Amino acid sequence: MNKIGSYLNFHAQALALRSRRNEVLASNIANAATPNFKARDLDFDAEIRHHIGVGPLRTTDDRHLPTTVNPVRDRMLYRDPINPSMDGNTVEMAVEQMEFSENVIRYQTTLSFLNKRINGLMSAIRGE
Amino acid sequence: MSDIKNIFDISGRAMASQLVRLNTVASNLANAGTVSGTKEEAFRSLKPVFATKFADSFEKNGVSTVDVVGIERVDRDPVRAHMPNHPSADADGYVYRAAVDENEEMIEMVEASRQYQNNVEVISTLRALMMRTINMGK
Repeated sequence: MNKIGSYLNFHAQALALRSRRNEVLASNIANAATPNFKARDLDFDAEIRHHIGVGPLRTTDDRHLPTTVNPVRDRMLYRDPINPSMDGNTVEMAVEQMEFSENVIRYQTTLSFLNKRINGLMSAIRGE
Repeated sequence: MSDIKNIFDISGRAMASQLVRLNTVASNLANAGTVSGTKEEAFRSLKPVFATKFADSFEKNGVSTVDVVGIERVDRDPVRAHMPNHPSADADGYVYRAAVDENEEMIEMVEASRQYQNNVEVISTLRALMMRTINMGK
């Protein structure tokens, strides 16, 4: 990976993961009234470690083929309900809304980190 | 139906389902208190049946939404009332009131509108995030 790419890589991966988690949480909120629906979520911490830890394999010879170990782990977990409901639905609106707003804030934070880095690069390139 | 592609599919289809639910509540409340001459003809509450619609790669991305798979009548007997002067009373002077529980319907209405609002909130939040992402680096 080139220098600029690796400079932005962590936050880019985090942003993609936050976006995926938003979709999962939106799915939970969409299914708030569906009997027997089990709320899902992903462990952001474990996923980001996996995404960052496994990159392209280092090559030591020009004839080596550059390969990437599949960086997608995608482990969807089930939410442990605090108060299980009678209809088998494990979506708890308060929990999902809290997780969703936290995830949105963290997405925005990652976005501003990325913006700062891009702006830093831009001013370095312009030499201002 | 087609696969669930993005957030607008997830929350949009959930909103459509909640709207069907609100429509059934409106129908039930509109028919509450109506009477008919026979037990079979009397109105019975309509209830939508929700089922999760999973994305094709659900096990990988955890994306799902909700669809209405049917609308059912509740299995509840209408209340028989003795009103011999009513024009639609049967031979014995009885009429049958619609089997609608107004309190239940009102609760259903509040819950459906709350969950509709939640989906609207999700869409508007994520739409704002998308706009900010598009403007990245500016």
